[in-house]
Parts: sequence; structure tokens; C-alpha cells
Amino acid sequence: MSNKTQWQSVCSVDDLIAESGIAVWTADGPVAIFYLPNRIPCLFAIGHTDPFSGSNVLARGITGDLKGQPVVASPLYKQHFNLETGVCLEDDAVQVPTYPVLLDGNNVVLEVPVKSQVKEIA
Amino acid sequence: MSKKNLIVVGNGMVGHHFLEQFVESEAAAAFNVVVFGEEPLLAYDRVHLSEYFTGSTHADLAMGTAQWYADKNIDLHLDEQVSEIDRDNQQVITPKGSYPYDELVLATGSFPFVPPIEGNNGPDCLVYRTLDDLDQIRASAEGGKVGVVVGGGLLGLEAANALKSLGLEAHVVEFAPRLMPVQLDADGGGLLRRKIEELGVQVHTEKATTAIVEGDECRLRMNFSDDTHLETDLIVFSAGIRPQDALARSSGLDIGERGGIVINNQCTTSDPHIHAIGECALWDGRIFGLVAPGYTMARTLSGALNGDSEAAFTGADMSTKLKLLGVDVGSIGDAHGQTPGARNIQFNDGANGVYRRMVISEDGKKLLGAILVGDNGPYDTLLQYALNGIELPANPEALILPESEGGAPALGPDALPDTASICSCHNVTKGDICGVIDAGCCDLGSVKGETKASTGCGGCAALLKNVVDCELEKRGVEVSKDICEHFPYSRQELFHLVKVNGIRTFHQLIHDHGKGHGCDICKPAVGSILATVWNEHILATDHVALQDTNDTFMANMQKNGTYSIVPRVPGGEITPDKLIVLGEVAKEYDLYTKITGGQRIDLFGATLSQLPEIWEKLIAAGFETGHAYGKSLRTVKSCVGSTWCRYGVQDSVGMAILLEDRYKGLRSPHKLKMAVSGCTRECAEAQSKDIGVIATDKGWNLYVCGNGGMRPRHADLFATDLSDEELIRAIDRVLMFYVRTADRLQRTSVWLENLEGGLDYLKKVVLEDNLGIGEELDAHMQTVIDTYQCEWKTAVEDPEKRKRFREFVNDERKDPVQQWTQERGQRRPVIETA
Repeated sequence: MSNKTQWQSVCSVDDLIAESGIAVWTADGPVAIFYLPNRIPCLFAIGHTDPFSGSNVLARGITGDLKGQPVVASPLYKQHFNLETGVCLEDDAVQVPTYPVLLDGNNVVLEVPVKSQVKEIA
Repeated sequence: MSKKNLIVVGNGMVGHHFLEQFVESEAAAAFNVVVFGEEPLLAYDRVHLSEYFTGSTHADLAMGTAQWYADKNIDLHLDEQVSEIDRDNQQVITPKGSYPYDELVLATGSFPFVPPIEGNNGPDCLVYRTLDDLDQIRASAEGGKVGVVVGGGLLGLEAANALKSLGLEAHVVEFAPRLMPVQLDADGGGLLRRKIEELGVQVHTEKATTAIVEGDECRLRMNFSDDTHLETDLIVFSAGIRPQDALARSSGLDIGERGGIVINNQCTTSDPHIHAIGECALWDGRIFGLVAPGYTMARTLSGALNGDSEAAFTGADMSTKLKLLGVDVGSIGDAHGQTPGARNIQFNDGANGVYRRMVISEDGKKLLGAILVGDNGPYDTLLQYALNGIELPANPEALILPESEGGAPALGPDALPDTASICSCHNVTKGDICGVIDAGCCDLGSVKGETKASTGCGGCAALLKNVVDCELEKRGVEVSKDICEHFPYSRQELFHLVKVNGIRTFHQLIHDHGKGHGCDICKPAVGSILATVWNEHILATDHVALQDTNDTFMANMQKNGTYSIVPRVPGGEITPDKLIVLGEVAKEYDLYTKITGGQRIDLFGATLSQLPEIWEKLIAAGFETGHAYGKSLRTVKSCVGSTWCRYGVQDSVGMAILLEDRYKGLRSPHKLKMAVSGCTRECAEAQSKDIGVIATDKGWNLYVCGNGGMRPRHADLFATDLSDEELIRAIDRVLMFYVRTADRLQRTSVWLENLEGGLDYLKKVVLEDNLGIGEELDAHMQTVIDTYQCEWKTAVEDPEKRKRFREFVNDERKDPVQQWTQERGQRRPVIETA
């Protein structure tokens, strides 16, 4: 696999839900995007797969902050993941991937790795 | 200097525990560690072996992982049996080679004893020790109907449970006059027998098997010495264990007369470089057939190999507490009263199936032993008295009497000496806990992290919390009742803030009265309070992000990320047409279908995007949401009542439907369950519910604050012979008072136990209105009832709300991790173990 990345447009601003998450499918698999309008920055993107259950559910967790860190709580077993670093607060050996995320006009765009065996389409 | 070699023979629970201790010790750096296991699988938890038949896999039961062994540089040889120890050249020999050792640890465990009975070696004569044994039992059970366990001890009863879970008619054959003869006396054994027979396991005591021959009805026939016989398709021998000492025996180590590798207090055998731990070891003429003493030996040996001159195994407490086929059994210390001069105190409540016996010293001051059957409630307290030699109170019988008959409350943590063992898995004493608190730990979480207490089996969790809370309070640390770091208030205080200040959103509440952005503790709690007070739709824009996923998507998330659906079936009454609709929907979406305990139907395996489609169909057929996902009213269970039943005295179904329709949608601190029984026979089990109603010939008796589940509580009789109107008003007020004053996630049972003044106070508030809030409570309940809406109906009709029900907002693909298989004619998830 190469270290190359690409910017991928994944959804529109209207798809986002304030203080909560949505899931999108990317070249790197399922990603959860959180929109926290009372923070700067207000967009966060982490892997959607809960490492403790293997299920694609993190976008459906409750967001908030713990000791100042922005977090989402897994809806299955309630572990918290730092939205900036992906590190699990209960077990720092566990981490989910994080992705740079930006607004391009009305589009939400993500920077995701390009898998070498996958031909570039966008 | 090159490293020395440490070889461990045996990869069971004790062998694994030894490795865990040793590789973390200082001496580990000086040794290469090599492990031989006879089985092809990594060490697994044999204590919970029967769970293998109820869905657990080897990975679930495993004590460690191959990765752990690799990380710790342990050279692991599974499926490789050591055939010989060459003591002269200090090496062990296996079929694959020879390996030198400087120190050798034998953790070879034990093997099941099979009594020498003619015909005991047939293909359907099995034992119960390894996963391989269990596979063989499972294979033998295929096509069989009846299974017999020979041996009514602890393991035998476990094995009987396993046979029962395989769908066999299970029998236990015991040579002694009672079950568990080592741990129980005649009365306790008798009660255990009665309870186990009620569960469908047949018990035959005082039976000596003389021969096993071919059967007429079943595969086998067991002939007993009293000329009776029993037909069965398979036999599991569980008549005790024998130490696995063959290897030690052939290498000339000292062996006990009846087997077992002789060890000293440092767990070393007659050869100073060979050690033995666990069930293969014989200490002071005794074999210890429990895992805890084996762990103690493992820790002792690890200490001794590190040069700790004080490390010594000095015997072990053989007290046990367990649940056999769901029946509590406890045995402590000298349970049979063999100490000279020992006195007995017995409590025998045959009607409720509870038996308790205390054995106390001649002078009445010390507890020597105890037996408990049916309820292990007093076990922890009694064990502390026995282990720590705490002086008994003047009326020791209070320790085993029920509280209603003058029984004493549990021993307060303050009464425990510093040497009291709190967590036996990790060997943590009360003194250790005080030590870390003095060193700066000031909450339960950090005490657990620092001492590992309560991170093993977890059985000591309640005791640990009591000790920590008590010690913190003694040091002047206030135990915080704040809901979380964002609000310095309890749930009850937040409720008042919302109500008094007319707050309608989380944002306003945290802005005015809290700090930060909230979390998964306070958001759902505030969401529930807002719903109780204002009753707006939970998916209204201001509330959507407050809810747990189950509330957000109005369904119950299952382990693979799909959801289950439970439509409301008021009172458990359903028309054939509606039943057909449920069947058709389940069939169309291939949903796993199961009847719930609350007289409803649960449909499993719907994906997020299917939920609104399914609900459109259900709503069109007249269904409403069942709130199975919410902290709210679940079901009102009912018996069929006077309409059909020849004993019924009131229309229980009609009342159940009335109550369910009245309180559906009420958001509360925790889920609420109710039931209505049509006569005193109580077929709806109303006394185990938050609100229970039982018909009398004059009206209704109301019971409150019962609970089933994890912590059962019998409901309290609240009022008798009520009319319909009186009943409903009383329930309105009890519920509304609970909703306003309870803590977050506090069921009515715990709420009542913590309510100052208890049941009498609640009666005064509700029946006599001594606070003068009766009308306010009535009016509030009426508002909730008047503003009820079926959340699913509102959601499917609103395109904006429906937008949330998409797996991936930019892609129509199905969730790729959801894999399915078929079982018993239905679809279920493939369980992958990480």
C-alpha cells in the first residue's frame, strides 16, 4: 500500500446532524463524521468501525467532551474515543483511524489513503 | 552469562497463572521460558466450561492469546506431551525432542476418576474435563434423549446442567445419600435436590452402579446394586478427580499414597529443581481441587523462584459460593461442624426454599463454618467472620435470619480488619485498599486500576465499593452525587431546575447550570427529564443528539449493529390478523423472531435503513411503537382473567390494556414493567413488577416497586381492594413521584429502598397527600397522557427524520460486516471473535 492520499467528497452540509454523527463510505471504508457546531473546528472524522465489537456503529454514538477532549461514546459497549486522535480513553492501546475533514462550499471532503490496488476513480 | 531455562509442563489455568506472575517478576530476565501443553488449545477457563454449550467458544474461554505468549517471549509447544523427565541430565523428553531445564514446573492438573464398573469404556461413556470431552458429549447427545451424570458433586451438577442445555432428559446418580456430600449436610443436600428436581433434573441417591449393559429403550442400561436400573443414551462420569502424577511417578519423585506429587511450603518436590502446583500437587497430605488454591501455589512458587524467603503456601480456604443450575449454594470452612464442641444454628424456610446453617465455636464467639442453599445473600458477611476470626455478635442467629424476622444487616466494611481479603482473584486485602487510598487514589476507578481488585471474576464489586466509600468518607472525602463532570447536580436536582426554570433544551440547561459540552451520561438523562416534563418528540431537532442510539433510532441495537423491533401488544392480547402481519413482515425481511418475557414479539436483524420501511407496514396494520428501546413503560403483562378463567375474579386483560394505553410513552429514570393478575393465583407474576395489580373479589390490590432480573425484589403491598378509579389515581401518583425524585437509571425497587421513610412515607404522599402535591402529580400525568404520540408514526411521516435512517449517507451499499448464518430455521449473525 502506498502513502498516497486523496481528497474525497462524501456528502453535503445538509446531511450533517448537529452534535451528532453520520456514516459515509470512502475509499478507506466506513467513516463517521461528527458535526459539533459549538466547537472550533466543528467537523471530525474517525473510523466508523467500533474496534471492541467489530461493528460499524460509531457514528451512532453520543458525542460530548470529557476533561476537555471531544469524544464519542460507542453505542455498544460505551467506550469513549477522542475525536481528534482516535485514541480510546478507557484503553489507550486501542485507536481508531482519524481523517482530515474540510468544508468545500457545501461539500464535506475527507482526506483518505489511496489503496494501491484500487484504481483512482474520482 | 547465558540465560537459564525454565520449563513449565501443563498449560491449564494454574500453569497460565504461574506464567502471568513469573514473566512480570524480576527473575524472568534470567530465564528462557518454555511451555508444553498436551491439548492443542491454549489454556482456557475450565470453571466456566459448561458455557461452551451455550454459545461460548474456546476464544471466549481462553485465558490468554498466542500474541501474549509471543510478546512475553514464551516458547509455547501445544499438542506436545512430555513423555519423560531425565533428572540426571536435567532435561525433558517429548516425541519431538529433548529440552534442557534448570528449573522445572509441573502443572499437569488432574484427570477425571472413572469408577471401575463393567462396561464403563463404551463409546457413550464419557468424562467432563476438556473442550474435547465436551465435543464428544455433544456428538453423543445427537440423536439421544436421556443423559446420566455419575456423581452428584459440584462438577457433576455442572455436567448435568450441560446435558440439560443439550436438550437431554438429565439424571444425576450419586453413591452418597445426598448431593454435594462434601460441602452440604442432609438438610441442605435435601433442599438442593428438591430445587434441582423442580428444574427437571432427576436425582438418584444411594445408587451404586454394578454394570453398564446394552439398553432396551435407550443405548445403555445401568444396573444398580439394589436391583433397580436406569436406561440412558450416554453417561458422563464426574465422580471426582485424581492428580495427574504419571510423569512425576515415572521419574521417581515422591508421590503420596493415594497419588499426588508431594510438595513443601515452597511448592518444591523431592527434587530441588522440580516444582509442582495446582491439582497435581499434594501438600500436607491434601489435594486442592479448586482453582483459587492453585493460583495461590502459582504465586508462591513465582515468589520462591525470585528468592522471596517468605513465600510459602500454608493451605487454602476451600469455601465455595456458586450457582448450580440457577440455585445458590455456599459452603464455608468447617461446614459439617467437626471441630470439637462446635454448635449449630439452623434456619430452614422450606416454603421459600432457603436453608442456612452456621457452625460456631463452643464459646459462641467465632464462626467456624456455614452452609447456604437457595440464597447466598449472607455468604460474603459470613465468610468475612470465618476467615478473619471476627467476634460474633451476642445474637449470632441474626446473621442468617431474614431481615423481616430480626435479621442483621450485612457486616459493615468498618468492622473488617485490615487483613480481610476483599478480592481473592487478585489477593487484595482491605489493608491494600487503604494503602492506595492513602497514597492518593480518591475514587473507585483509580483504586481498581491500582490494586486490580474486582477485575477478576467481579464477585467482590459490591463489597469493594462499600469499603472504598467507607474509607473515603472516613478521610473526609465527600462521595460525589453529581451526575457527571458537566453538572454539579443529581438527577433530582436537574429535574427541579428544568421544571422550575421552564428549561426546554439541553443547550440552555448546560449553558445556565453546567459546563462543557455534555457526555453520554448527562445527555440521555437530561433528554429523559425534558421528555417527562414537556413530552416533545424525541427526534425533535433539539433533542435528537441527546439520545442513546436505541432512542435515536427507536429500536434496540444488537451486537452486530443491526436492530430489533418490538411493536406494542397491549396486555399481551393480539388478533390473528395482527399476528399474521408480524409473521409476514418478519418473513419479508428475514427477521429472527422470538417471543419476549413480556408477552410481545421481538423481531431481530433489521438494518438501519429497513427500520422506517418496516414500521410503515406495521403502522398500516395498526401497530404502535412498543418503547422497548426507551427508559419508559415496556409492557403490562396479564393472565387471561375472569373472561375465560374459571378462577378469575376480575377482567385482568381489560385492566392491563387500560394501564398500558394510559402509561405508554411516559419517560422515566429507568424502564418500567407492570402486570395484572385476575386472581390471587398470580399467574401474571405481578409481584415481580414495578407496578403489580392483583384482583380480589372486592376490587384490586396494588403492589409497588418489585423487580425481577439481576436483583429480584418482591413488590410491597401498597393498598387493598381499590376501585378502578382509586387504583389508577394511586398508580398515577406513585409513578409521577418516582419520575420526579429518582436518580438516573434507578429502578423503582432501589428508589424505594433509598427513599427516606420508605413505604410508609410513600403511602402518606400518595394515599393521604401529606405533601399537598397530589393534584399537581395528577395534572402532570394527565399532560403526559394527552400529549402522547406514536414516535414511529411521527417519524415515518417526516422525510427529514427519515433521513437519519441511512447506513451510509453517500452510498446505498449494505453494511459489509453484517454476516449471517442459519440456525434452527432462522437467520442469526455470524459471531466473529476478535
